[in-house]
Amino acid sequence: MADKVLMRGTHVIAESAIRSGCRFYAGYPITPQNELPEYMAEAMMAIDNATFIQAESEIAAINMVLGASMAGARAMTSSSSPGISLKQEGISFLAAQELPAVIVNCMRGGPGLGNIAPSQGDYFQATRGGGHGDYRSIVLAPATGQELADFTARAFDLADRYRSPVVLLIDGMMGQMMEPVVPPEFVNEADMPYRNWILDGARDRPSRIIKSLILDPAKEEEHNWKLYRKYENITKELQITEAYQVDDARLVVMAYGTAARIAKGAIKRVREIGLKVGLLRPLTLWPFPARAVEDASRFVKEFLVFEMNTGQMVEDVRLALKHRSEVHFYGRPGGVVSTPDEIAKVITSLYYRLHLEEEQ
Amino acid sequence: MTKPVFQRPKYLKNVPFHYCPGCGHSIIHRLIAEVIEELDIGGITIGVPPAGCAVLAYDYFDVDMGEAAHGRGCAVATGIKRILPDRIVFSYQGDGDIAAIGTAETIHAANRGENITVIFVNNSCYGMTGGQMAPTTVLGQKTTTTPGGRTAPMHGTPIDLSQMIALARGSVYIERTSVHSVRHILKTKKALMKAFTAQMNGKGFSLVEILSPCPTNWKLSPVEAFAHIEKEITKTFPLKVIKDEIDADRQGPP
Repeated sequence: MADKVLMRGTHVIAESAIRSGCRFYAGYPITPQNELPEYMAEAMMAIDNATFIQAESEIAAINMVLGASMAGARAMTSSSSPGISLKQEGISFLAAQELPAVIVNCMRGGPGLGNIAPSQGDYFQATRGGGHGDYRSIVLAPATGQELADFTARAFDLADRYRSPVVLLIDGMMGQMMEPVVPPEFVNEADMPYRNWILDGARDRPSRIIKSLILDPAKEEEHNWKLYRKYENITKELQITEAYQVDDARLVVMAYGTAARIAKGAIKRVREIGLKVGLLRPLTLWPFPARAVEDASRFVKEFLVFEMNTGQMVEDVRLALKHRSEVHFYGRPGGVVSTPDEIAKVITSLYYRLHLEEEQ
Repeated sequence: MTKPVFQRPKYLKNVPFHYCPGCGHSIIHRLIAEVIEELDIGGITIGVPPAGCAVLAYDYFDVDMGEAAHGRGCAVATGIKRILPDRIVFSYQGDGDIAAIGTAETIHAANRGENITVIFVNNSCYGMTGGQMAPTTVLGQKTTTTPGGRTAPMHGTPIDLSQMIALARGSVYIERTSVHSVRHILKTKKALMKAFTAQMNGKGFSLVEILSPCPTNWKLSPVEAFAHIEKEITKTFPLKVIKDEIDADRQGPP
């Protein structure tokens, strides 16, 4: 068992990426994620076949990642909300060309230039594809330092397994916070999946093409359905949640990332005064863990969704519940970070308003 | 047995080009394929086609081909080359692709001295989309978006991307050629040979700008289009070696 080290979130992701075999990083400076490329720049100097490029733009960075991925490397870029908007064209191409890549979005307050405070305003953009066309990216929402480490490693595996872009959706709070972490094991090149599709020169094989232009609508439709079947498989195979004190709960709070940690603190407080409240925390945002929500709805009739935005994931919760349970929402957009006490008050007030303290 | 004197180059697939009659792309494709064959680099070459008329180039070259988004050829080529430095990587880009939407990617790849080769096909218009004004459209030229002809106050003057690239310290070889006559076709091949060879020798960023006829959008016959390059286009874009520092003594890595 490796020793625990105290690291900030951005460094955890960078170190975990390198340990996971990431050999290409391109990015462009933007707050609040700059410590990630800075760490990569330093760490990659010590690795023979690793490339770090500070690109001229977010657009160039994602397209460099696309080229590196074509050439068979585990590749990553990172940015923050406005920069991620610029990368969307490239992410759409990655999805269309079925190229693995890991994209870190350290979300900040928005829209527009917004601010650099922690926010969750990019949920729709991340989970609905974000760029043009009919595609999805796998979206992971770690909430602790250890999860940043584990999910970075997992992101590279998932990207390879499904040949798809994978988004790590965090915010400045997750990125800056220092926590004890056991970094993932180093992955050997030999343990990575064999890529029989890359462009490395047609020496002893027929030449290959990686492209997304499909002029014949019938063939483009076929390609869309092929991607869709892949997304169906991912939806079946990859729904991850954490359930905390849900078993006896009369009210279930749903939140992810930083919001989930605040919510957990709030739940600990209201449990102390006897309120039966639990937390259902999605760790995959796409695919959205609809199964777990549906299961919970058999026992729980009241859900409270807490997000650091004006209400985005709440739509997926409603879709999953299909009106079987009531969905309430509390949101703080724009980079405002609630305290556990604030959320505890929201929970308590809702709990009594709904008469959940009454024995049913 | 008769010895063939003219045949399809080894690295062009046996499929008909979709290009318009009199278009320069077909000639340029052939030249690149010949150079790849003569340098014996077909098995280690990776091409990056653009968005634009040459978007289907991957159907013609019989080497590994990876499509880039519009303008991003140099960024994609950078990613490929950095992972596989012993392969030969070229991007094939039109004037709109390289000198408008992809200006930043191109200049910065050149400035980093990426060891790649860029083929920049300049036909002074957006051909694929129907003949709109390109950054390289010459003054007075009528296009679908400059129906009265391009004027400097209204549309700005044609951009000379190759000169801009020459300013980038990482670029080692920039030449502007044309394919409007046999003599110039042969010169273009020599330039391509030089550019690919520079890359093979690890010299840095090389770019060959090739003036290419677009009879369809210029509303000229192929023969008139060739003459138009000679008489008009070369006034704005003179044919010359713009930069040759292949053998220059460089201080440290480019």
